[in-house]
Amino acid sequence: MNVLITLFWIAVAIAGAMAAGWLFRAAAVALTRGGTARALRTAPVTAGFGMLVILLYVLVALFAPLIAPYAEREVVGAQFLPWDSTHVFGTDNLGRDTLSRLIYGARNTVGIAFATTALAFAMGAILGLLAATVGGWLDQILSRIVDILMAIPALIFSLLLLTIFGTSVPTLILVIATIDSTRVFRLARSVALNIVVMDYIEAAKLRGEGLWRLITREILPNALAPLVAEFGLRFCFVFLAISALSFLGVGVQPPTADWGSMVRENAALITFGDVTPLLPAGAIALLTVAVNFVVDWMLHRASGLKE
Amino acid sequence: MSAIWTMIAKRLGLGLLTLFVISVLIFGATELLPGDLAKNILGQSATPETVAAFRRELGLDLPAHTRYLNWLLGAVQGDFGTSLANKRPIADLIATRLGNTLFLALYAAAISIPLSLMLGVLAALYRNTIFDRTANALALSSISFPEFFVAYILIFILAQSGLFPSMSRVDPDTGFAETLYRTFLPALTLTLVVTAHMMRMTRAAIINLLASPYIEMARLKGMTPMRVILHHALPNALAPIITVVALNLAYLITGVVVVEVVFVYPGLGQLMVDSVAKRDFPVVQAVALIFAAAYVLLNLTADVLSTLSNPRLIHRK
Amino acid sequence: MTDFSSPKGVSRRGLLQGATALGTAALILPASVRRASAEPKRGGILRVAQASGSTTDSYDPATWDSQFVQVLHTARCGYLTEIAADGSLVGEVAESWEASADAMTWTFKLRDGITYHSGGNVTAADVVASINYHRGDESKSAAKPIVEAITDIKADGNNVVFTLNAGNADFPFIMSDYHLPILPSSDGKIDPMTKDGCGGYIIDSWEPGVSAKLSRNPNYWKTDRAWFDGIELVSILDSAARQNALITGEVDVIDPVDRNTVSLLERAAGIKILATTGTQHYVFPMDTRVAPFTDNNVRQALKYALDRQEMVDKILGGYGSVGNDHPIGPSNRYFNKDLEQHSYDPDKAKFFLKEAGMDRLNVQLSAADAAFTGAVDAAVLYSEKAAAAGITIEVVREPNDGYWDNVWMKKPWCASYWGGRPTEDWMFTTAYAAGAPWNESFWDNARFNELLIAARSELNEETRRAMYYEMQDLCANQGGTVMPMYASYVMGMSDKVAHPEVVAANWTLDGFRAIERWWFA
Repeated sequence: MNVLITLFWIAVAIAGAMAAGWLFRAAAVALTRGGTARALRTAPVTAGFGMLVILLYVLVALFAPLIAPYAEREVVGAQFLPWDSTHVFGTDNLGRDTLSRLIYGARNTVGIAFATTALAFAMGAILGLLAATVGGWLDQILSRIVDILMAIPALIFSLLLLTIFGTSVPTLILVIATIDSTRVFRLARSVALNIVVMDYIEAAKLRGEGLWRLITREILPNALAPLVAEFGLRFCFVFLAISALSFLGVGVQPPTADWGSMVRENAALITFGDVTPLLPAGAIALLTVAVNFVVDWMLHRASGLKE
Repeated sequence: MSAIWTMIAKRLGLGLLTLFVISVLIFGATELLPGDLAKNILGQSATPETVAAFRRELGLDLPAHTRYLNWLLGAVQGDFGTSLANKRPIADLIATRLGNTLFLALYAAAISIPLSLMLGVLAALYRNTIFDRTANALALSSISFPEFFVAYILIFILAQSGLFPSMSRVDPDTGFAETLYRTFLPALTLTLVVTAHMMRMTRAAIINLLASPYIEMARLKGMTPMRVILHHALPNALAPIITVVALNLAYLITGVVVVEVVFVYPGLGQLMVDSVAKRDFPVVQAVALIFAAAYVLLNLTADVLSTLSNPRLIHRK
Repeated sequence: MTDFSSPKGVSRRGLLQGATALGTAALILPASVRRASAEPKRGGILRVAQASGSTTDSYDPATWDSQFVQVLHTARCGYLTEIAADGSLVGEVAESWEASADAMTWTFKLRDGITYHSGGNVTAADVVASINYHRGDESKSAAKPIVEAITDIKADGNNVVFTLNAGNADFPFIMSDYHLPILPSSDGKIDPMTKDGCGGYIIDSWEPGVSAKLSRNPNYWKTDRAWFDGIELVSILDSAARQNALITGEVDVIDPVDRNTVSLLERAAGIKILATTGTQHYVFPMDTRVAPFTDNNVRQALKYALDRQEMVDKILGGYGSVGNDHPIGPSNRYFNKDLEQHSYDPDKAKFFLKEAGMDRLNVQLSAADAAFTGAVDAAVLYSEKAAAAGITIEVVREPNDGYWDNVWMKKPWCASYWGGRPTEDWMFTTAYAAGAPWNESFWDNARFNELLIAARSELNEETRRAMYYEMQDLCANQGGTVMPMYASYVMGMSDKVAHPEVVAANWTLDGFRAIERWWFA
């Protein structure tokens, strides 16, 4: 019986999400014009839902101080208060309001994750495409450096670097982005290698196109799909990296709220059947699913399939 | 074909060079870390005199380059030395743990690689349907949860009811079937962690090709969509898929320290973290080199397979 | 009566019964629990999961620092003296001891007929070699500072004679330190890597950082100890995994219990929680040589700016008691009951700030969970409460890695902990005496230092008490250490495990000796 009830609520949630996605798409189409509107009209409902969720997260992150009932670091009562009307999601281990921490967490976590992923892609993709296009010694050197960096396990490597350089937010972003960019480099290079042997690249070279133009105009558009797919995942790996690092004792500085550390701090509760740690984990999951729904749509458009 | 062999030989040579550079890097990093073994073993109880005496005993008072060269001389002769902390030969220390690590990695790979390829192909075939969306959403949710959290949830559901043990304690005397049973939860955790990545790459790589003229042609010839994907799209989509599979395999070998901790599974990850924390340099080096070698070999395999899958690369001018 | 000469001529059993005057340390259980733990009986394999244990752990007693090795080697080895469950000192390898009138020469008489696992007898020469291993220029031992006062050790037949550089009425307590096991020797040297010992259990296998298996020593000299046939020690570093192992019945005892979820574990069926409150305490030492901590008014302001009870409730899950800025706990012999208890008082803190000529104070507090579990959280709570007194505490989370080397006694204000010491002198000498290597607040108070030396060899009980009372006052109101709380040792166990009515609180797991003191009901 319990299973049936759970299934029912899951079905209700999915239906609700789809309806919200559909409404959001309709509203977006109505509010935009021209090419954007045309593109939006082709978007599947899931992409609409994804965009709605992303927009909500951005709004929550931007207006956190206005939305949150309490301050980020304020101790408001005893520890682990149950869910009630004053503290919607109860309090955490120090007696801080969980809902407020979740809301501020959006600001810190999404900000860090976005900055890190963007940096990792900027470094990784540019170098990867360059290596594949130019080939020769540049490719050799870059690939060997990346090989060396990648051959050291990421978690242990970041642990080492953070211990040496400290755990301020900029260092955290730089360290994770650097390590992540090696993965992006490998992917970008391997995708681009398949492209540079194509005839149209040969033709472009013969036309005398410059290196930069070759990369940005000819190779990048054709390598974009797998890179975008990777972006959607890398984004979420940043949360996980921060969470795993806080598991091993380095992470975001307190009392800053971030979801990765919040999962870590409350995780043990789940083994007693308390669902509170599912909230920050769920917040990460929802964002990941949303980002990837949008990515799927863009991937579909990039593939040129008409169906 | 000879081009492939030359490439393999070249890459193996480069692999050795990589290992050497890594040993220098790791040594440098452990030197940069604050404190040394003497200070970290004595911890809060350290005094300058005892630390100095401890250093003398371990040879840590020698200059860094001497220590590195001594280690390197031993290493090229196959002697990785003994742990500074408890004097155990490193070969003994590592042997069973390496076995455990490889076993768990293979176990998780045996479940996750077929599963993710299958899901990826099906998701590409039934793209944008409810099946595709659900499979994607589930896989994405499962990788959005940190590993330890997935592990806790599995323990809550599967171990507290008594179906599986919450600790994966194995020793060399444990039988194969028993080992499979005891390590099921960590293997399942890792499967949930890596499946989504490989599945999505498979899906993306296939869909990326579906608009190509030759696929259009195959379709026009009246082939079933399944046949089109398996016989025409998949072979050409292999390169990025293989790369991602190799990356994830490497991760399963080198990156699972958190899962080891939660399931009390004696693998290399925990050994590495402990040794880094105590600055037990010979052990750190040995484990780092094993990880690096695993990565280099997997990477090489991936590149060879990718090259074989794309004849144009073999004949690249 | 002088407190140190009593063991002479008193049988061990008599002492156990007669010495409870010292024993407020231990936990006295309610009657209902007492009945359950009735008569000890032999048998069973006890499985204990602990939060420590590293692949770098070693047999070498000079390097023992984590609970896993402490418990393991206490089961394997014997010591000259043992701290009984009630906090009194009893003989182990030593049967009795006596001091010269100036407390500078101590003679320990060894017990007859104690053998090593390998068969040989424990001799006076072994004792000399075992203690000498920690002394001298070549010593790398963590215990070197505590045996530094010994100028000479001689074997004299079945006696061992220690000569100290100054009188110390508490010297026999030091010989119970976990670093100082008695090991077999040859030519005046012990082999520090030996697996031998004269304790109740023999190590069958040990994989550092994973687990150890021990079996009962059939020739153990204590007939009323070592009830289990075998022991399995497992290290489970993750607190949730540890709790799960207990809930699913894969281990019988876990230590410690995660204090965040202890209230949930209490409700689980078939599981009981055991907490002992002893001398373990958590501290925030300030470097008193560095501004603004040079000013005692600033130090006093900070001592009134934290809510100690809140920390006990939230950081310790209620398993502990509030501290009063000195390291002597209610379980100690000379605990100053009359000293005013420091409590959260922002107005008083502001008053002291004003005395120091400031309206606002900005300080950094470095913390990592390596200092103690919950240290970062405790610092965050501190910072929240101090804000009301106009004090801004910026919490700096330091990496656990290298904390003791990099942060502790390096940063002006940080978190730290002490397991505590069984005697006032030992504790003060270790962490508060000017010039002591672990004087973490770099405190140098002339009156305190003078009292410390005087009290050490003072044999008059009342005078000695008065001295220690004054030292606690000095520490609390002039010292550089904020001491918010005493932390209990919290263990979880299956209700099949039984233990004596009185459980030692000097260390966790019944003073590291649960293995030989407990049994299966």
